[in-house]
Amino acid sequence: MAYEYNGTVVEHDEEGYITDISVWNPELALLIAADENIEMSDDAWEVVNFLRNYYEEYQIAPAVRVLTKAIKKKLGPDKGNSRYLYELFPYGPAKQACKIAGLPKPTGCI
Amino acid sequence: MEPWEEEEGPEVVKHFMYVNRRAPYGTIFAHECLEVVLISAAFEQDVSVAFMDDGVYQLKKNQDTTGIGMKNFSKTYRALDDYDVEKIYVEKESLDARGLTADDLIIPVEVVSTQAMRDLLGQQDVVISS
Repeated sequence: MAYEYNGTVVEHDEEGYITDISVWNPELALLIAADENIEMSDDAWEVVNFLRNYYEEYQIAPAVRVLTKAIKKKLGPDKGNSRYLYELFPYGPAKQACKIAGLPKPTGCI
Repeated sequence: MEPWEEEEGPEVVKHFMYVNRRAPYGTIFAHECLEVVLISAAFEQDVSVAFMDDGVYQLKKNQDTTGIGMKNFSKTYRALDDYDVEKIYVEKESLDARGLTADDLIIPVEVVSTQAMRDLLGQQDVVISS
């Protein structure tokens, strides 16, 4: 199973998470987002970039409750709440945003 | 119920203690145990983590894994706070035997004696040692 763009093939697992996180780039993110029916607004990018920074700092993809709390701490309560995040990523902000960010499935999601 | 609405907490909350006794690399016990700790915490259980024997090396600052080709996951211990895991105990005797102090560790911990650790273990519903 793989994503394909510009002649590049990027392998992913059965749920759509890319298997080699080092090959991620913004163009690939747009392709995964389209697959998930997510429109990448500036707000959506903000969450995806937040997750990539979180991974860089802690080496894990956070569970949704942890993501919400961390965003609240950094970007304030208007963005650090479940309702806002579910509007951007209806099938689960941690799962969908992590997939688009090229990260593994969040730790603490089943 | 809408997906963003808070679910009610779990019906049963148990006291779990995860006891780490091995060095961080060479086996996957330490890394796997950390993942399980985070998963338990995400399920809103009462989670404590203990480090003794060579397990205290898991929390050592400035780990460098370039020579062994394994991911340095020590930064992930700093996410314990985000997962509301606040009860982190390190056995004093194990630190002393290795010439370490709390200042050598990547996160703030509670340093406890062997006797105090024994008492903590006795208070748990579930103890998982790795």
